[in-house]
Amino acid sequence: MFVPGNNPGMMQDAFIYGPDSIMLDLEDSVTMAEKDTARLLVHNALKTIDYGNTEMVVRINPLNTPYGKKDIEAVVKAGVHVIRMPKTETADEVREVEAEIERVEKEIGCLGRTQIMAAIESTLGVINAYDIAVASKRMMGIALGAEDYSANLKTQRSPEGIELLLARQTIVVAARAAGIDALDTVYSNLNDMETFRKEVELIKQLGFDGKSIINPRQIEVVNEVFAPKEKDIQKALTILAAIKEAEERGSGVIAVNGKMVDRPVVIRAQRTIDLAIASGIINKEDI
Amino acid sequence: MNNIKDRADLIAQAAQKMNKEVYNDSHVKKIITPRHELQRQSSKVVTLEDAIRKTGLKDGMTISFHHHFRGGDKVINLVVDKLAEMGYKDLHLASSSLIDVHEPLIEHIRNGVITKISTSGLRGKLANEISHGLMKEPVVFRSHGSRGYAIKSNELHIDVAFLGASSSDPLGNAAGFSTSENAKSICGSLGYALPDAKYADHTVILTDDLVDYPNQHNAISEADVDYVVVVDSVGDSSKISSGAIRDTKNPRDILLAKQAAKVVMNSGYFENGFSLQTGSGGASLAVTKYLRQGMIDKGIKARFALGGITSHMVKLHQEGLIDRLIDVQSFDKVAAESLMNDPKHKSVSANEYAAMLEPGSATHFLDVVILSALEVDVNFNVNVLVGSDGIIRGAIGGHPDTAADSALSVIVCPLLRGRIPCVVDEVTTLITPGSNVDVVVTEYGIAVNPNRPEIKERLVAAGLNIVDIRDLAEKARKIIGNPAPLPFGDKVVGVVLNRDGSVQDVIMNITD
Amino acid sequence: MEIKNAAAGTLESGDILIQIAPATQAGLHIDLDSTVAYQFGAQIKKVITETLTGLGMDNADVKATDKGALDCTIRARVTAAFVRATGKDVWAD
Repeated sequence: MFVPGNNPGMMQDAFIYGPDSIMLDLEDSVTMAEKDTARLLVHNALKTIDYGNTEMVVRINPLNTPYGKKDIEAVVKAGVHVIRMPKTETADEVREVEAEIERVEKEIGCLGRTQIMAAIESTLGVINAYDIAVASKRMMGIALGAEDYSANLKTQRSPEGIELLLARQTIVVAARAAGIDALDTVYSNLNDMETFRKEVELIKQLGFDGKSIINPRQIEVVNEVFAPKEKDIQKALTILAAIKEAEERGSGVIAVNGKMVDRPVVIRAQRTIDLAIASGIINKEDI
Repeated sequence: MNNIKDRADLIAQAAQKMNKEVYNDSHVKKIITPRHELQRQSSKVVTLEDAIRKTGLKDGMTISFHHHFRGGDKVINLVVDKLAEMGYKDLHLASSSLIDVHEPLIEHIRNGVITKISTSGLRGKLANEISHGLMKEPVVFRSHGSRGYAIKSNELHIDVAFLGASSSDPLGNAAGFSTSENAKSICGSLGYALPDAKYADHTVILTDDLVDYPNQHNAISEADVDYVVVVDSVGDSSKISSGAIRDTKNPRDILLAKQAAKVVMNSGYFENGFSLQTGSGGASLAVTKYLRQGMIDKGIKARFALGGITSHMVKLHQEGLIDRLIDVQSFDKVAAESLMNDPKHKSVSANEYAAMLEPGSATHFLDVVILSALEVDVNFNVNVLVGSDGIIRGAIGGHPDTAADSALSVIVCPLLRGRIPCVVDEVTTLITPGSNVDVVVTEYGIAVNPNRPEIKERLVAAGLNIVDIRDLAEKARKIIGNPAPLPFGDKVVGVVLNRDGSVQDVIMNITD
Repeated sequence: MEIKNAAAGTLESGDILIQIAPATQAGLHIDLDSTVAYQFGAQIKKVITETLTGLGMDNADVKATDKGALDCTIRARVTAAFVRATGKDVWAD
């Protein structure tokens, strides 16, 4: 969930809505005149506020602005989990950010703590998606930023999102090939929950791992769409139980209801269970 | 003895025995004025000043009002201004509640016109001044149910009730709406005014729409009315949903409302024929919206909804999800109009709504109530009257009545309002005792009163985030730090009565 | 220490506006207006004082308009106002 980095009230509250990840923004939602104070706010919030198990992300300003390096220093020192790079176009940019993170981490003695997420928001970025995805071992996910991307395409976003199809699929394919997460862009019309739901259904079908949101009101829809169905959970639990049993027997062959179970089926079952836990449908202890 | 003259002696004897006069035909004179003209000459219709004089109101007496127009009320200020102008002193003002709009009372208190106040709540500058010690006598606070009963039992004796009504005929049949084409205002139910009308020594109706006799669907009967005063306006109906009543877009309120709806749906009381009430405050009102979907999904219908009736409740009623609406106060215009038009939407007096000692009061038949709070403490005690800064800023309303009488009471309350903690070690002022509070819903988790282990079990089974209330207080302390003690003085500015009439708490003055 | 007039923060709920000006008398003088003054006035002044002295500023007139900000927000806003008033870089340490 995106939270403006210059709004202490919202930064303090974001946690209660239970998003999987909170992204404090130092970039587009903060005016030039407030970059310094937002950076201090985000730094202090990360250091002080108890965000529980929520993944904490900060979107920094690009390194080619006067703010980028200072942003990295401030948030790495505050112990952020993930730095989100805006408008990423090449693998070199990722390596520059990585070098900067390493410098700060070395200084404070916590090398390797900070992960990177790259937002791809241009046609060049989409072309280079795979290179970006594998540019750093810190890379945990790539995300689409559709507003800039559509402008770059010389078109506008439509409710159906046909203009984003290639970018979305490229990003999912690149993320899967690199073994990292693929995250979809925001949807900014808060009053049109119907179109929002359709978009979430579409991107789930395309293979995305999650959706960026701008308001707590959108969380429920995303969770509902991504929550696995009861039937799928039962099936997945049966498969995982069979694996456990096979391991205990020391057998390499796994069968459920007389059918052989392939590796992809096992991976999918595990994923279903992870999602069910994340959606609060089942408890970890129940497995 | 075949004619009346033959029986004259016996008639005289009977009269003497019964200590009565003998009928005299020559006194009778038939009035032949057409009745539509006659009713305009009703001796009850007088000016405000004449009404006040004719009631025999004297210094030191008790006058009463209702607050159904909430922020739009014009009656209290109009009447008290007139009383001040007429030179009255030392009056006891007993209103069902007082809000921001009654700020002009400050001057009347300073000038000695009003020296005592009884009410359910105080807000705005008036509340602030009183908290700082404006009055010599402490304000007496009662819940709506106990005010109704105190009036009935004469513990709270009302000399003259001044009651605003959106329509009245010349005899005093009055209602909180008007079906005439000259209708100027609407407030819906007159529930809080009904005990006053019935038990006050004198009742004056103020109306901005004098309609032809008979004014039907009247809430107040002519039998209880002494005078009718026509005024320009009794209230601004657009403001009845202001004050405590908001339809929320606040994501935190929505979160709280959704959680509270889940609590109700998994409490064990969510079944066909259940009854429901929601209190004021964005989150508790919004619960109705989210219960609706649960009722549709599970095919559950409610027998009745009670209390402050909102447009959300009316919607559910019109959709067939709630059979009856029992309305002590209409929280918005949609509710007020529904009361006017729908025979299954009925008004109820404060007394029959929530009095502890009235066996038939509606709260005794209430399954679930959802209420808000300014503060809850680790013993589940609730404060809805005094802010965490020690200044009076709310109203008891029906909070303790409904919490005590319902089968399940659910409090929705954010853990933090800005830097103000709402789950605390001890409430600033005790309004609803913790023994009557079952569940507290916050954005950081749901706490269940240890008295209700079966509820806790059901909510845990439903996967809700159940926490210990002491952990919530600790969490608040961790986020915002330890508040410094409030600068209370040693003067009692308010006395809070329990619903059984006993004294439950006192409110001290604040010194700056 | 050279100080020019500077401000940081907003008047939104949960925030605090800090205005720093050159001292008109010796020491730190804090003029606080807060929605939670009764309960947290002393604590807010303490955080402002600690933050400024920690940054080496011992003389200034500070006006603080608080809308229920948490301590971490107060520290951030005071630091930002300090940076703007002095031109010093707090990240260099």
